[in-house]
Amino acid sequence: MTAATTTGLVAYEDAVRRYDPVLGIEVHVELGTLTKMFCAAEVAYGGEPNTQVTPVSLGLPGALPVVNGKAVEYAIRIGLALNCTIAENCRFARKNYFYPDVPKNFQTSQYDEPIAFDGWIDIELDDGEVFRVEIERAHMEEDAGKNTHVGGATGRIQGAEYSLVDYNRAGIPLVEIVTRPIEGAGERAPEVARAYVQTLRDIFRTLDVSEARMERGNVRADVNLSLRPTPESPLGTRTETKNVNSFRSIERAVRYEVSRQAGVLDAGLPVVQETRHFHEEDGTTSSGRVKSDAEDYRYFPEPDLVPVAPSREWVEEIRATLPEMPVARRRRLQTEWGYADAEMRDVVNAGAMDLIEATVAAGTSAAGARKWWMGELARRANQDEVALEALSVTPAQIAQLQGLVDSGRLNDKLARQVLDGVLAGEGDPEAVVVARGLEIVSDDGPLLAAIDEALAAQPDIVEKVRGGNQGPIGAIIGAVMKATKGQADAKRVRELVLDRIGS
Amino acid sequence: MSTISRDEVARVAALARIDLRPDEVARLAGELDVIVESVARVSEVATADVPATSHPLPLTNVFRDDVPEPALPIQDVLAGAPQQENGRFAVPQILGEE
Repeated sequence: MTAATTTGLVAYEDAVRRYDPVLGIEVHVELGTLTKMFCAAEVAYGGEPNTQVTPVSLGLPGALPVVNGKAVEYAIRIGLALNCTIAENCRFARKNYFYPDVPKNFQTSQYDEPIAFDGWIDIELDDGEVFRVEIERAHMEEDAGKNTHVGGATGRIQGAEYSLVDYNRAGIPLVEIVTRPIEGAGERAPEVARAYVQTLRDIFRTLDVSEARMERGNVRADVNLSLRPTPESPLGTRTETKNVNSFRSIERAVRYEVSRQAGVLDAGLPVVQETRHFHEEDGTTSSGRVKSDAEDYRYFPEPDLVPVAPSREWVEEIRATLPEMPVARRRRLQTEWGYADAEMRDVVNAGAMDLIEATVAAGTSAAGARKWWMGELARRANQDEVALEALSVTPAQIAQLQGLVDSGRLNDKLARQVLDGVLAGEGDPEAVVVARGLEIVSDDGPLLAAIDEALAAQPDIVEKVRGGNQGPIGAIIGAVMKATKGQADAKRVRELVLDRIGS
Repeated sequence: MSTISRDEVARVAALARIDLRPDEVARLAGELDVIVESVARVSEVATADVPATSHPLPLTNVFRDDVPEPALPIQDVLAGAPQQENGRFAVPQILGEE
């Protein structure tokens, strides 16, 4: 136990009033290549242990690595999307350390010559404010194997009797993205940290370089945090909270470290530079190991690999094929759809943007598409506790449904009944309309019969309307709608009633 | 004049998990000195117009296509494992670090 761990926590709001937090975030992303970084072992999630390894990924003597060209291309795509300069020449290096999940006793990484450097991205916070994060570097490396601790009560290291190692993950290509110190976030540091990683996750998916599934560990974040008395003060001592692997955890880890470090500083103690572990259960961090200085890894150029020198033509070729980035796309769609900021934010948060885009593409107005996805469909998804996209209705079906409303064949009430049918698997809206006989009754014949009946039943109303008071006419229309089970066009009924009464 | 101290040799040896006797530390400190001095002499003649050598082979961009090949059979994978369990390498308890 160090003294630092026994000091109290300072309430977050108090801590950020008196200290300025500075973030630094390292994100590792597993690339979605078919094979590993330095050998042709297949990469597939969930394989039997040690069935996706070669002599290279096992680090057997004499095994020689060969760089996966696709992984280099993906790394360049990421670098370009992060507005980085792509190195004209770079090399791999050995990062030497001893741990059972690193079978070679070194990780092949990049050290002094990363493939991409000096970039930035703009991230959007919850209220729409744009915050720029500067990227120091993005470099290529390989993942480690997976340890499972056996014999301990909790499956964690303390108390484990031995460990079992699966090397399937060893050698999967990674790109590590390192920010410069993120200053100026202030009390919003937790949100900035979360939004940054979220933005990267979206970019990886847009670039199609990774499945980027947080829950599978495709994207992992190490969060560095330090405090200083004022934004003008020199940077304080930082801690690095390792492997924070959900967006919510990132926010919580930052909050906790701000509160904890403020407590240490308030007590007049120094913050210990160390790695820390985040605990999902209670949102706290605990001391890991004291951070070793860089020399301890004894980095040196990897002699088994020749340098990577991406030609400018190749880089430009890749740049030309970059898809539109998520933030830019969101802005473009908002303008095209004419949504207010708050409306667009709700759409994005509900995961409805792609669905609305597809619905609009199928011919529905932006307002009509939003009405469905953010209204009735959101309500049903919420009720069933599923994501919008998991509802068994397609954007094309919603477009067809709205088309039926627009052409006057369905009113809103009938459209909701048709939707019931679609969600129940009865087919497209057109088919449900036919099968359930839900179309608006547009033939005046049956309507007139129902109107005459309603008029006969309420002669006093007829008198009032004849007398020039149109107010009570609603009672007649209501009776007709009831008699036709809602399948009448209310506007037409009104016309016919007035016509019938002869006023 | 020695530029590599015995302490440095001992430290690097410890990092590399190489168990050296004191006489070996002393001998290696001397030998490493010669190597470092030789490299320093080369640096003296390397003027700004001489590009740095990243690798002794005059090659760059040796890439492999992203096409899977058969993995090593599991029995070969585990052939060198002192202990194994359920297809995995069993290793001694790891202390202190996750």
